[in-house]
Amino acid sequence: MTEAIPHNPVEPFLRVDRMPHIWCPGCGIGTTVNCFTRALLESKVDLNRVAVVSGIGCTGRVAGYARLDSFHTTHGRAIPFATGLKLANPGLEVVVYSGDGDLTAIGGNHLIHAARRNIDIKVICVNNMIYAMTGGQTAPTTPATAITSTAPYGAFEPSFNLVQLAESAGASYVARWTTYHVRQLSRSMSEMFQKRGFCFIEVLSPCPTLYQRRNKLGDGLDTMKYYKEAGKIRHGAPTSEAVLTKQGEILLGKFVDRDRPDYLELMRRQLYEQLGDRYQEAEVPVCA
Amino acid sequence: MHADPKGVLTGVHFLDGDHACCEGALAAGARFAAGYPITPSTEVVERFAARIPTVGGLFVQMEDELAASIAIQGAVWGGAKAFTVTSGPGFSLMMEHIGYAAMTETPCVFVDVQRGGPSTGLPTLPAQADMMQARWGSHGDYGMIALCPNSPQECFDLTIQAFNLSEQFRTPVMVMLDECVGHMTEKVVIPPAEQIEIYPRRHTAEPPDRYQPYAPAEDLVPAMAHAGEGYRFHVTGLTHDERGYPSMNVETQDRLVRRLQAKLRPLAEGLELFAASDLGDAEVAVVSYGITSRVAKRALQLARERGVRAGEFRIISAWPFPEDRLRALAGRVKALIVPELNLGQMVYEVERAAAGQARVRGVPHAGGGVHDPEQILAAILEAVR
Repeated sequence: MTEAIPHNPVEPFLRVDRMPHIWCPGCGIGTTVNCFTRALLESKVDLNRVAVVSGIGCTGRVAGYARLDSFHTTHGRAIPFATGLKLANPGLEVVVYSGDGDLTAIGGNHLIHAARRNIDIKVICVNNMIYAMTGGQTAPTTPATAITSTAPYGAFEPSFNLVQLAESAGASYVARWTTYHVRQLSRSMSEMFQKRGFCFIEVLSPCPTLYQRRNKLGDGLDTMKYYKEAGKIRHGAPTSEAVLTKQGEILLGKFVDRDRPDYLELMRRQLYEQLGDRYQEAEVPVCA
Repeated sequence: MHADPKGVLTGVHFLDGDHACCEGALAAGARFAAGYPITPSTEVVERFAARIPTVGGLFVQMEDELAASIAIQGAVWGGAKAFTVTSGPGFSLMMEHIGYAAMTETPCVFVDVQRGGPSTGLPTLPAQADMMQARWGSHGDYGMIALCPNSPQECFDLTIQAFNLSEQFRTPVMVMLDECVGHMTEKVVIPPAEQIEIYPRRHTAEPPDRYQPYAPAEDLVPAMAHAGEGYRFHVTGLTHDERGYPSMNVETQDRLVRRLQAKLRPLAEGLELFAASDLGDAEVAVVSYGITSRVAKRALQLARERGVRAGEFRIISAWPFPEDRLRALAGRVKALIVPELNLGQMVYEVERAAAGQARVRGVPHAGGGVHDPEQILAAILEAVR
């Protein structure tokens, strides 16, 4: 006989005293959080050693709902905050959870430099192709011709291909999923926890309130259908081919999984080589 | 508690202000620094990068000052004592995270070696024109602590004090050098570690289930926890309640923002740092800080030689402003002379404190050099005429 489930299995990972959350009906961010909690469960990481760092925006609110050490930082600066946190306390599993506008526009410089350094942080970038929190303005990810509040006649700037950007900058692990592909996303997140170095997962997620509605693309469910039909899984595909267009094909999968020494490994190696026994590794925590 | 001897370079040294500042940070227990190169401040982190691998800690050169000023805060929440160093243009970029540190009550130290501005200005030449920016540069209401050394020895001493104050009050603290003080080389005495007092981190004694990250102690300062200790706390730059949760309403905002200012009150009412000399019989006082106080010293000598009863009030903690002290002084003298390497910043604070009791006269200098003592002397002589 099966026992009654007294609570949702993801409850221990959430600050239930903060519910209801602020996300709109049909928004995909909650789905990604569900996948994240499953990945935490499966990877059996010590939850007391996981820290979530977010920037600003709808996805930036994830930190506030995760029952973990969590930091809601400034706009675009989750990655440099996470860099300091990780370097001062390398035993922590540091996850940056933020949106496309936050991580790739105002925070774009930090993204590429963290990938270049191969800092051992895990970045989950929820891409809804728009600045949602502020009312639906054009983002670096908005595809051409899409209507936004600041591009009322249609966007025309070329958009970023985030997986290609992350790979080019040096990320050790790069994947892309949508909020329709929950099992694959969850598995990717688990895999990321096993990986050392800079990891980047892009998750396409609907914003029914601002992106889908303005572009007459239906609601959250319609977007799930689109993700299902347009999503093509090709692990290892060249990221240069993973360009996103408005309602076009969506290349999905794990594109990059390579081993590069991470920042701390390189630093320690260099300092040992130069200083020998004089080199003192930092004690953690540095100040109790 | 006393300083960790690993970071203390005990002895008598010949150091410039930037290097002395770095030694002060190491003595204070800083084991993490993040920086971005900028003249005339870079020597601080250059020395740190050379010293820290043998002390136990690390330096990371970030991609810009925005990154450096938030990376140190990540490090603090990870358990380190941390600081960053910059000059005017970089200081402007760091304002965002000075506000974040004030709001999240993250103890950390910002060193600003002031140069001429605005904008790129005079990269290699002195100014004291970031004084108001240090106080008000980030948006919103918050309290501020800023210290102004006038010698390499004080760069060492006050950097330690800056760390101690940041830990005691859980607030960002500015160390406001200027290019002259940063680059002048003088004798610096570094005492043995056991003679250096260190204010320890205010770590909570509560177990995780009872811990409220922003519940203030009696002195209005809350106790901290570090990431990874099982507290699973939340930190946000949004207006937050005692649990650290965002709470955007008039009551929470009022309670939080008033506390951020009020917790620093002891520094304006008893703990303020200043140096005074020859004020007993003075009819005129020169109020100055940083390198300008060294120039003012000469002007005061010249004035005394001429029989003018002139004394010195040197501001060391510019923020919170030593308002009560200056108000009391203004009641005893005819005039307060305020030379500074800007076109008028702290002089207005002095004027406000004096509240009409004494004449207040600024001696402005646009920066790029220091005053001629004769300029300050002329102002003193005119005040007593």
